[in-house]
Amino acid sequence: METFLSNSSENENIRANSMPNAVSAPDSWIGLQRYTSARIAIGRTGGSQRTPSILDFRLAHARARDAVHATFNPEELAKKFAEAGFESVILHTPIRDKQTYLMNPDMGRVLDEDSKKKLREFAKNWKGRDFAVIVSDGLSATAANLNAVDTVKALAEFLPEREWAMTPIIIVPFARVKIQDAIGEEIGIRHAIVLIGERPGLGSPDSLSAYFTYKPVWNTVESDRNCVSNIRPLGMPPRLAAKKLAMLLKESLSLGISGTALKDNIDDSQLLDESKDKKLM
Amino acid sequence: MKSKWSLTVGSKTHNFGSLKELMAKASPMRSGDVLAGIAAADYEERVAAQMCLADVPLSMFLEEPLIPYEKDEVTRLILDSHDKEAFRPISTLSVGEFRDWLLRYETDANLLREISGGITPEMAAAVSKIMSNQDLVLAASKCRVITAFRDTIGLKGRFSSRLQPNHPFDDIKGIAASIVDGLMYGVGDAVIGVNPATDNTKTIVNLLKFLDAVISEYEIPTQSCVLSHVSTTIKMIEAGMPVDLVFQSLAGTEIANKNFGVNLSMLKEAREAALSLHRGTVGDNVMYFETGQGTALSANGNWDVDMQTCEARAYAVARQFKPLLVNTVVGFIGPEYLYNGKQIIRAGLEDHFCAKLLGLPMGCDVCYTNHAETDQDDQDTLLTMLGAAGLTYIMGIPGWDDIMLGNQTTSFHDVQYIRQLYRLAPAPEFEAWLKKSGIYSDFKLINNKENTFKRILDYGDVSK
Repeated sequence: METFLSNSSENENIRANSMPNAVSAPDSWIGLQRYTSARIAIGRTGGSQRTPSILDFRLAHARARDAVHATFNPEELAKKFAEAGFESVILHTPIRDKQTYLMNPDMGRVLDEDSKKKLREFAKNWKGRDFAVIVSDGLSATAANLNAVDTVKALAEFLPEREWAMTPIIIVPFARVKIQDAIGEEIGIRHAIVLIGERPGLGSPDSLSAYFTYKPVWNTVESDRNCVSNIRPLGMPPRLAAKKLAMLLKESLSLGISGTALKDNIDDSQLLDESKDKKLM
Repeated sequence: MKSKWSLTVGSKTHNFGSLKELMAKASPMRSGDVLAGIAAADYEERVAAQMCLADVPLSMFLEEPLIPYEKDEVTRLILDSHDKEAFRPISTLSVGEFRDWLLRYETDANLLREISGGITPEMAAAVSKIMSNQDLVLAASKCRVITAFRDTIGLKGRFSSRLQPNHPFDDIKGIAASIVDGLMYGVGDAVIGVNPATDNTKTIVNLLKFLDAVISEYEIPTQSCVLSHVSTTIKMIEAGMPVDLVFQSLAGTEIANKNFGVNLSMLKEAREAALSLHRGTVGDNVMYFETGQGTALSANGNWDVDMQTCEARAYAVARQFKPLLVNTVVGFIGPEYLYNGKQIIRAGLEDHFCAKLLGLPMGCDVCYTNHAETDQDDQDTLLTMLGAAGLTYIMGIPGWDDIMLGNQTTSFHDVQYIRQLYRLAPAPEFEAWLKKSGIYSDFKLINNKENTFKRILDYGDVSK
């Protein structure tokens, strides 16, 4: 369908949800679509939505639903990290299925007993590490599968090893943002970051968020964290997001704080000064 | 030993420790009450609680507050403002008898209006718990609540809509384009209301001026609202900005409202400030509130009271300030509170019924997030049932997709659906304006002229 549309020169600039057919057409003010991504001027049949706009919407919702229910394979992701040169470990919350995850936010904030034990064992070899990197599917396995490795790769590039010695990547399926506090509480790390799939929007089923905290412990609260969201190729591309995170993390280290006290004064356009980044936008 | 709240069914005795435990266990199943650890353990316990609740006298809710009077200003508001005279016709009834009373042929809009001040949120919540979905529709459809600012909302045979032209960066041209689209679809008689993406002062000023210019230029009999925090709106009024309606999200407990950064005295101050501007032409209802089940729980301010009862208590706060509009945002909160379409539909019908019974001009943001176990068909079901129940208004969004809030809400087209299906017209002043503008006639859209509202886009330029 999309291939057919792009080959049709007459309809080249018309959105899929506004294509005319023999019975109905988009609204005459369709030119206003250039001002917004809102689904305006899509036309009507009687007072109802037209077939093209109904189906286009249904496709967007289907993609968002698939992202929520996509299977997250932690071993597969660990393999991808290994290929990119990163060691990783897999830990678990007490949750083993999506429904339990969706209905019990508290359970996604802690490690199960076995994982706590494992983590303590691992940590014996992690002395002198500054920075714990945690990855979870959260509400979009698609986001973690597609964008986590690229983000971590770039992050490692922008943060000097000397001050930012990383733990192996800690992969935790079915986790919430606060899992970093549970991990920080166990191993006493200076900085932790969670890369986690966001609640998928209609146009952005693959959106990843990054939340970091300075010295996370169990009683850390949300206002102690900083966040960069909408990490995906068509939003904030992973490399740019990593660059921004690196700037914020360095600031966090020099001030010894994180959260609302650490102001985000970064003009996102400044992130583009390297020519190799420009092609990413 | 049997407790005060107990019921024996066959050989089994169900005990309930308190009135609030009984209320929670009598609630139709929803994930938020399970999350809070207060839901019935199984199907039988739920029905046993409903049976037990049906025998509780309504007057008991005046004697045993679910949340302590000394510790919660919402409880104080509810009990101190209770109208004993209005309560008299139902004062001897039990919860179960009250359901039957509501469904009698003789119980009509006038009678319901007379007793409204005598009903507390807890009484409304209690009776709703033993009512079926059809009971909630029928009883709500008997209520009539009329409010006014530049047009009259809630008259018989009318159905209104909020034009919600949100944009992810508050771009004025983007907002302008959605406003043109909405007006061409005959939407916006309840309010033209923007959710700004930030609480940034300059943005709010620009939006207020822009919306005021649109309404003045085209002489639209409606009102504008920029849905920012009440403290921001008070500052805007003090700075001489053109504020029609004061918006605020509300919850049903003092702790939860504190989490929103509001209390009763702030709301009073905001209302008085808005009234002082005298911007209404046919009425002076200047407040706009949004609510939703689960807000008290998510703020750790629910006192182990079930979500739906906490929600009904928010209506007591709302009615104190004579709002033009109130709506529940029923599916916004996510599946840990309302898991699926069934729970969202039930909650939407409960909220509408309880608010109407308490005398509020109740609309509904029939909406959902992508991680909830629901879809557009469930939304159609709730929308259709609320239309039958006499819902005051819905949201209007281009093509169901709120590109700023990232959820799905009723569309401009959904407004046409309800108008056609139930032969309901917009508010009379707005309807006359639509006819004069050549957009609408006889429950149908008629205009397709590209340039009807061309100057709105020009204002979008000026404001930049």
